[in-house]
Parts: sequence; structure tokens; C-alpha cells
Amino acid sequence: MKSLAELQAIKEKMQQKVALRDGSGEMRVVVGMATCGIAAGARPVLSAFVEEVANEGLAGKVTVSQTGCIGICQYEPVVEVMEAGKEKVTYVKMTPEKAKRVVQEHLKGGKVVTEFTFANIAK
Amino acid sequence: MIRAHVLICGGTGCTSSGSQKIQEQFIASIEKYGLSEEVKLVQTGCFGLCALGPVVIVHPDGTFYSMVQPEDVDEIVSEHLLKGRVVERLVYSDTGEEATDIDVANLSLNDTAFYKTQNRVVLRNCGVIDPEDINEYIAMDGYAALGKVLTEMTPQEVIDVITASGLRGRGGGGFPTGRKWALTAPNQADQKYVVCNADEGDPGAFMDRSILEGDPHALIEAMAIAGYAIGATQGYVYVRAEYPIAVNRLRIAIDQAKEMGLLGKDIFGSGFDFDLDNRLGAGAFVCGEETALMTSIEGNRGEPRPRPPYPAVKGLYGKPTVENNVETFANVPQIILKGADWFASMGTERSKGTKVFALGGKIHNTGLVEIPMGTTLREIIYDIGGGIPGGKKFKAAQSGGPSGGCIPASLIDTEVDYDNLTAIGCMMGSGGLIVMDEDTCMVDMAKFFLEFTVDESCGKCTPCRIGTKRLLEMLNQITSGNGTLELVDEMEKLCYYIKENSLCGLGQTAPNPVISTLKFFRDEYVAHCVDKKCPAGVCQDLLSFIIDKDKCIGCGRCAKNCPADAIVKTDYIAPGHKLPSYTIDLNKCVKCGACLANCKPGAIYKD
Repeated sequence: MKSLAELQAIKEKMQQKVALRDGSGEMRVVVGMATCGIAAGARPVLSAFVEEVANEGLAGKVTVSQTGCIGICQYEPVVEVMEAGKEKVTYVKMTPEKAKRVVQEHLKGGKVVTEFTFANIAK
Repeated sequence: MIRAHVLICGGTGCTSSGSQKIQEQFIASIEKYGLSEEVKLVQTGCFGLCALGPVVIVHPDGTFYSMVQPEDVDEIVSEHLLKGRVVERLVYSDTGEEATDIDVANLSLNDTAFYKTQNRVVLRNCGVIDPEDINEYIAMDGYAALGKVLTEMTPQEVIDVITASGLRGRGGGGFPTGRKWALTAPNQADQKYVVCNADEGDPGAFMDRSILEGDPHALIEAMAIAGYAIGATQGYVYVRAEYPIAVNRLRIAIDQAKEMGLLGKDIFGSGFDFDLDNRLGAGAFVCGEETALMTSIEGNRGEPRPRPPYPAVKGLYGKPTVENNVETFANVPQIILKGADWFASMGTERSKGTKVFALGGKIHNTGLVEIPMGTTLREIIYDIGGGIPGGKKFKAAQSGGPSGGCIPASLIDTEVDYDNLTAIGCMMGSGGLIVMDEDTCMVDMAKFFLEFTVDESCGKCTPCRIGTKRLLEMLNQITSGNGTLELVDEMEKLCYYIKENSLCGLGQTAPNPVISTLKFFRDEYVAHCVDKKCPAGVCQDLLSFIIDKDKCIGCGRCAKNCPADAIVKTDYIAPGHKLPSYTIDLNKCVKCGACLANCKPGAIYKD
């Protein structure tokens, strides 16, 4: 180890990997992973979220987690985005491609992707 | 892409309750459900709640599973990791109050009563990082303090920060760490040393072991900082061979630090060299004494030597040496990074920062807790420790192991710090806290610790070698019913004689358990000597087992189980019963207690 910069580089690289254990992310993305969710393809959706969040360097800010059945099985895969002080956003009939857009526009850009939300699709 | 981390405790406590098997099972189950690419297994150091081991934590949810058995693992993997459903029956849910209102599925570790009141500085990485991966330590600000010290600070500035923080030695004595360094730094020599005392010998204390097992790099970093501050280029960690997991992780950590150039030549391009090695001790209690420890590192029999000269002047191999305890060192990087003021903002007037306690004895949550100095004993025992099992009454807590003293129930609101404990004739010691309930006999407790020090006395000086032996004989006389009040007085005199005349800390503190129990529980000594009774019902020689003839239903289970044939049938039939009652022939009774254990109606009692 010859310089502080070298140490800092290792730190930044590793922080993304251990941020998962922090659990104090400002935003929580929860993917419904009960039998209905898995059958409808929730796993690739979950993977897409994890991957995209890491690619964008959001791991310290966003916690991607999973949950059981939310109760609207016909709309699976269901994804909820929770942020302190804001109303919960429920995305339905998700795909990995839609997940990438949610990461880009909502998690990173702060703008809800209304075309995928439950309120919009269940109308 | 990894989306979940499963943290399995690999501390000594959980290892002995089977965490290795749990880990193997996890590997198999994760493979079986095809999650190898998504879930990472991490073996960590101690989480602290050893009573509930083996402990498993699943992130990002932070779900805390306790007492996990190998057969539970498949369920955790298939339900939680695959389907996102928390296995509620395994979740630790003791939140202290209104546990029923708590959403168990969302309960994270930090919400539990055990963790809520803790303030983790020394243990901050224990149970969080993989101690065998230096990169994870670096992610948690590891080695940043060493970098800061070597590139921005002079040795004197380092000493000033440590002095200003008010950090005092955590091994027991409470000597100001900054002053120790300041006394060593100016002494000129061709070689100086930094030594870490990891010879944790107090029965019931295991915080140093847990730091070595859970966060070994914190120690390595701190020792390098100390080396820079005092001008030493070589360090030794003296750790007992009885701690195999700690020794192994320390070895791995030292190797990784060397490989990365965080130990060795020209660290951070500053021109500062520091090398570190470990030395294994054979587990003698006296080797926790600083001069005996250094004698042992030198390859000699671990015996203390007279001070002065102090190690700051003539220590290891006759060279100026700083010796600190593991927990003391573990505070250092945090102080450097966050500043002396931050550290001094925690704790009391003269005891700054936090202290790790090993809770043991008659308490629900046995384990490791870290709390700010000045927390009351009541909070430690009832809020964090979860109180005393079986609704029993708190009697006293022994602090500081065989060198310390007891804190009686009347002083339960004492704010625990160095000076308050010294004021009541007790001592902080290394932080072992053994809780005793009403069923503990204080004379017997003192005897237990004396037996330990008699075994562990190195024999170099007479007051300790012979004095502690005589003291133990006197205690044996008292517990066997042959004591007198004169003997108690004589014993007290001997205590002070040993204290004042012994060569090292072992002998000087050995009589403490007797002195402090005499101070707070003299009535128990009197009861043993005058009434020939043991009030707690522990000392066998002073007990009689008696059958209450009116409660006895005449079943005969006691007589059948009596190994000495001391129980016989009488002619008396109690009102309301059909069979004649039994009685114990006290001349034949061997006081084994088998009758009491087998009496269903509870007709037998100890007196």
C-alpha cells in the first residue's frame, strides 16, 4: 500500500458489496416472490433490479429486498418502492426491461414511472 | 448478481453450538435451489447474543434468526431466500416490551432490547464483516486511520489525540493510554516494541477473543498506529493458544495486511516500517500481567518482575515497550478518524467511551454487550440482559473476575465506570460481569475465585503463593462448618497482608473477592460461623434435608432414590393422606439432594 488513493479505491469498490448489510438505504425496493410471483417471472425482475442498482452505484441508497404474496396475484410480478415520507408506489406486471426503466427514472431520477403502476394498469 | 447476504456467526460460542454444520447445510441448500449466484454466505465474528446461538442474519432485510438447527436451514433457504417469506418461528423477537405488537417479519436486529441500548464502537464490525477478508474491513473505513496518521500527523499529534480522548486501559487497570504512550515515546533505544495483551484469562470474560475473531484488522491497524506514535517498528500479539479460532483469524489477518503492504516496509509511502507477529501463550493467568507476559514472549517461564523499571523504560527484551489490551487498541482507529471530542462525548467525567461487558451467570441474555461508560448496573442486567431467569431475585454481580469484587443489589443503580467501581471496593477489570441470584452463596463464590487464584499463582513471591493457599483453607473451614468469628477476623487481616506484599497484580488483587464479600455480605460469613447455616442453601456441609411430614404423601420415591438408605417410613399419616410419611435420618444422609429432586409434592426442603 503506497498511497491513500489506493486504499480509497479498494474502499469504494468494496462498499458497494457490503452496503447490502447496512439496510439503512433511503429507498426500499420490494419484489413479491411468493409462488405466484415466481411463476409470473419475479426472479429475473429481482435480478434486474439488483444488477441495475449496482451498475448505477445506488447500492448505498437503495435496498433491494423481497417479500411474500401481496395479494394481487393476477398482477404479478409486483414490485413496491418505498421511500421515507412518500407514498408507496406499486408497480405491477413487471419485466426485467421495465425494472431497468424504474431504476433509471424512479430510483435515480426521482420520477414515478406512472405507466407501470397498479393505479394505472388496474383501471 | 448477489442480492442477499447470509451472515453466519463463526465466533467460538456459535461454533460450539454447531454453526459449522449450519454453514455446510446452507451451502448445500443454496446450491439445491439454484441461488449460488444470488446469495452470498459470510462467516462473521461474534454477534454478542451467545445465549441464542447459532445465530444467522439475512440481509438486506436484517432478519435475525436465533438457535438455528441444521434441519431449519432448508426452510430458511426455500422460504426466505427463494420466496421472500421470513421464517417467523425462528426470528428472535425479545424486544423487551409488548413483543406481541411487533411485526416479527420486519424485526431487525437493531430493534431488539438487547441491541437497542448498545453503542458499538469496539464491536462495530463484529458480526458485520467477514474477518478473513481484509477488503471488507477496508470498506468499513479500515486502515483509513493508519493512512491519516502516517500522511498527515506527527507522532506527537497522535499521542495528543489519544490523550485528549481520555481513553483508559480496558484490561482492568484503567491507566490512561495516551500517558502510557507519552511515557514511552521519548525513551531512546535502537529498538522499541508494541505489545498487545490478548491473554484474556478472567473466567467469564471473552471480549478480547471476540474482537480477535470478529475484527482482527482493527487491532493490527491500532498497533501500527501505536508503533508510529512511540517509534516502534515491531509488534507482538500475545494470545493464548486456548483461542484457536482467534489465533487462526489473526494469523490470516496479519498475512493479508503484509501482502497488501499495510504491514512491512514504507507503509503508505511514508517511510514508516512496522512488522507484527503473534506469540502463543500456554494459558497461565499470570501471563496477563504485563511483566510476566513479556517474560513469556522472551521465551522464559511466565513470571512477573518487579516494577520499576516500568515497561516504558525497560520492557520486552529490555527495550522501551508499550503494552495495551485488545479492547484498548480496538478503540484507537475510531478515535483517530472521528476525533478525541467524539470519543470524550461518550461516558462519564473520568471514564470516556464505551466498555464491552461479557454477561454471564444467572441472566437471560448471556453474551457480549457494549455500552457507554456510566450505564447503570440495573440497565445492564434488566434492560439489556433481560433480567434473571425463573423470577429469582438479583443478589450481586461479580465484576472483574477473580481480581474484582461484587456489587450488591443495594448498589444496583451504580453508574458503572472505573472510579465508581473502585469507590465501592470493586473494580472494572476486563469486563466480565457474572450475575448472581438469591441461590448463590457469597462465601462459596469467594471460595471459587480463590481456588482459581491458588491454581494460577505462579509461586514466585511468598505472600501470593502461601497466602492465597492459607486463605482458601480458611474459607474451606468456614463452608464446612468449622469457622469462628475469630477466624473471619484473622482471614480479613491476611487479605490485606497479601494485597500489600505481593509482587504483581495477581497477588495484589487475589483477596478482592473475599474482601468485598466480607464488606457487603458479612452476615453470611456470620451465619456460616455462628449459626452453622448457609443462608443460600449451597454449602453442603451446613445443610440438612428435611421432609415436611404433613406435606408428604408417602409415595416413597425419595426412599427409593436415596443412595445412602437414609430415608425411612414413619408411623405418622398426615390428615388427608392415605399413606404414612417418610423421614430422613440426618446421621446417614450424604446431602446429595436426590430426594429433593424426586419429591413430587414438594415436601422436602433444605435448611
